[in-house]
Amino acid sequence: MAARGPAGSRVGNSRFAQFKLVLLGESAVGKSSIVLRFVKDQFDSYRESTIGAAFLTQTISLDENTTVKFEIWDTAGQERYKSLAPMYYRNANCAVVVYDITQAASLDKAKQWVKELQRQANENIIIALAGNKLDLVTEQPDKRAIQTADAEAYAREAGLLFFETSAKTAENVRELFTSIAKKLPLDQAGPRNPRSGGRGGVELRPDTPGTQAGGPCSC
Amino acid sequence: MQCVASLRTVGLLLRFAKPSSNPPVDDIIQKGRISSTSEFFSFPCWDFMGHSSDQRESPSHDRLHAPIDTAPTATAAEEDGITTTMTQDGENEAPKHRMHAGSDESTATITPRKVDGKNHEGPEQRPPLPPRPSLLGDRPSTPLSPSKRPALQSKPTTAVSSVDIQTLSFPDGSRGTFAAPGSRSVSEGRGISGGTSTPSSRKVSQNGTEFDDSTSLMSYAPTLRANGDLASLLDEGLNSQSPAWKLLSSQADNVNPFETIYDEDNALFNFDHEFDEVEAVDSKGGNEEQVLLQWKAKLKHYLILSSAGKPIYSRHGDQNLINGYIGIIQTIISFFQDGKDPLMGFTAGDTRFVVAIEGPLYFVAISKLGESDSQLRAQLEALYMQILSTLTLPTLTQLFTNRPNTDLRRPLEGTETLLSSLADTFTKGSPSALLSALECLKIRKSQRYTINNTLLKARTEKLLYGLVVAGGRLVSVIRPKRHSLHPSDLSLIFNMLFEAGSVKAGGGENWIPVCLPGFNKTGYLYMYVSFINAHDGEESSSNERPSTAGSSPDDEIAILLISADKESFYELKQMRDDVVAQLENNGSMDIIRGAVRQGRPSTVDIVPGTQLRHFLYKSRANVQFMMPSFSPDFSSLLARRKLMSLYHNLHASTHAKHSHVKVLHCVGRDSISLAWTTPLFEFYCVAGPNASRAGLAQGANRVIQWVKREEERVFIIGGAVF
Repeated sequence: MAARGPAGSRVGNSRFAQFKLVLLGESAVGKSSIVLRFVKDQFDSYRESTIGAAFLTQTISLDENTTVKFEIWDTAGQERYKSLAPMYYRNANCAVVVYDITQAASLDKAKQWVKELQRQANENIIIALAGNKLDLVTEQPDKRAIQTADAEAYAREAGLLFFETSAKTAENVRELFTSIAKKLPLDQAGPRNPRSGGRGGVELRPDTPGTQAGGPCSC
Repeated sequence: MQCVASLRTVGLLLRFAKPSSNPPVDDIIQKGRISSTSEFFSFPCWDFMGHSSDQRESPSHDRLHAPIDTAPTATAAEEDGITTTMTQDGENEAPKHRMHAGSDESTATITPRKVDGKNHEGPEQRPPLPPRPSLLGDRPSTPLSPSKRPALQSKPTTAVSSVDIQTLSFPDGSRGTFAAPGSRSVSEGRGISGGTSTPSSRKVSQNGTEFDDSTSLMSYAPTLRANGDLASLLDEGLNSQSPAWKLLSSQADNVNPFETIYDEDNALFNFDHEFDEVEAVDSKGGNEEQVLLQWKAKLKHYLILSSAGKPIYSRHGDQNLINGYIGIIQTIISFFQDGKDPLMGFTAGDTRFVVAIEGPLYFVAISKLGESDSQLRAQLEALYMQILSTLTLPTLTQLFTNRPNTDLRRPLEGTETLLSSLADTFTKGSPSALLSALECLKIRKSQRYTINNTLLKARTEKLLYGLVVAGGRLVSVIRPKRHSLHPSDLSLIFNMLFEAGSVKAGGGENWIPVCLPGFNKTGYLYMYVSFINAHDGEESSSNERPSTAGSSPDDEIAILLISADKESFYELKQMRDDVVAQLENNGSMDIIRGAVRQGRPSTVDIVPGTQLRHFLYKSRANVQFMMPSFSPDFSSLLARRKLMSLYHNLHASTHAKHSHVKVLHCVGRDSISLAWTTPLFEFYCVAGPNASRAGLAQGANRVIQWVKREEERVFIIGGAVF
């Protein structure tokens, strides 16, 4: 896959930037549901497992002048797809690692992913930790297997953004992506790759590694 | 002469009483189903050539089948290889053989015949029967051993009598039928074919019992006499029989297949609930019995387990429910494995168990739907291919080599839905699976050419296969010269994309590692998939598919680009964008959308006024098939299953090992049907129970002519190669 960094453009006063985001996590924690909620604002309780990986895009406006486009790789969580993961997180600008707050083991898996990302992925990758299925816990508090405080402590320690989300109720989903967008180095995006802000044609020309967001977080 | 002509073939009788084609004979007999429910007709030869003369030669029809024999033999030699095949032999008989060792007399009679056919020895020794060379000869594969025929002649008496009867009732109108579409009543058809000769010896051979039954039913028609003229005689006779009869029959013509529900259909009584989930066993207990009942009520089960006895997959029932059964089945299979005499299948009541063993995996199909063993085995094979497609063969082998105790559910996690949708496709009845062929979207040749070229032009270096698929039907394929695309691989892909919801539901574009076992079972290919909604005027925005809500598999257009390079996603994505833009520009996309929206034509659209209600046409050379829409007559799940069961029966009869059936006409209480195979095509059709055979044959002929005319639209011929 072509190496692709954030591409951005500045037209007049407005900024446009494009980032690659990857979702990782154990199977059945709700990665696809989060994406579906974010991209289409839909929810389907009986979703079947993702096969391979799905590629979607969504554009959000941070403010009047700033537009961020996410190119999202929604990966399948099954073990057998693990060897393909590097393909998806390589050159990713940001990652969402998802676990299921009602399944203790899923956080362990999430931690492994975080470790792998920190070791193998972009140096400056922004990682968010998302504890999904908040709705289940709201209904039945005893279903919770992972305390918010524990996960939050871990996130802080590992330098991750942290949210508890519900794809079903949409709680915190948009916030999750927005806070990632805010953390992304928008200003790094030079005017080198002018893009029409229109529908997301994908630039296939391989960008040189130099295009990568190299600077520190802007926030 | 045309191929048709060369076909002169014999028809077999089938029994339709039940959807399931091979219930044990004894079972049938005991229940008396045959006699009451079904009629059997046999037609000996359809003489396309109009060699009625052949038949005439054997004057002594009365008893036997003689005419048949003669015709085939003589002609066969003269004409061509094809003729040889005419007979039905192995097919019908085979199932029965299996079933009962200890069946009663009827069985007994049957078997001997077969034996005769195959081993010529026995019969010859018997006391000389009246001279009727014909019958026996036909059924066995005469061509091979002419000498054998004599043996055949000596058959059990029962058979003989039955034969006569049959003859009377059903004449075959081979040539006449097809050639002269005019007005044929059932009776006519027979006459035409040189009715005399018609004795359906084949049938006889199969089920002695049935004959007898049928005899009584049908004997109203005077038959055997003379030669070809009989036909006409019969016709007139029948037609003029009585005004009341005519009236009745004319009304009856409108009856659609399966319109009436008979008691015998109880087998499918629960079919509407076949796909309901079996409840989970409540941990507190209490509902176990009920759950078990639900589970047992399923007409079809598929079980996959490892040779070590670990459950891998079951279509119905959760772990707790099936574990016991898995243990039992593993024990049974292993027992035979140890004896180096693998278990292939067995029957319990009206349920057939078929076992397939693939390396460390055991596959079991349990069916009450009446498919043949080989059909069930093909279904199991498809499940195996699905597993390979997920794991690849080396991975699978390695897993079990390292740990024979491996629990395969883990590596297969997430693909249960693929297995289930595959299984449900089979249970619902899939023409594609039955025929091992693909269906194409019907568009003009030039339009297809344009689409092919668009794909070719946009082709990128990494591309291996490029496909456009609409509504589950193939629109266009491009492929490298050296590689063809295996139909079984395509059906796995279609299942994944159109039957299982996972890919579609995701929205967006997909990048899927998949092993295509027909192509190479040792490694993965990578498939780029993008859906475009057929009802959407504009191109779907680059990444998002319109909501899946309300869209059925039938209105999805998908672009599939397959590469061996896992890094080629963006390259293929670019190609897809180019292709879609180009297709929009040159109008092809609208054409595809239009064709998809239009759906399959109905039978009546294809052949106006026909009595046919549905048909399947498979082009053997292209490995593709064509069928009309299931609606209006078969749109319900149940009606469709009945139709498909009928097709399965026809298919099984014409494909049984050693079977040389070319034309098979079946009459059942709720439908009549025809199977016709030639080196070029396989054709199956069905009409209402009261339709005339002539009408059926005529309809068949017209459909085949239509397909021939539309061949380049209906099928992808050649395809685009790079």
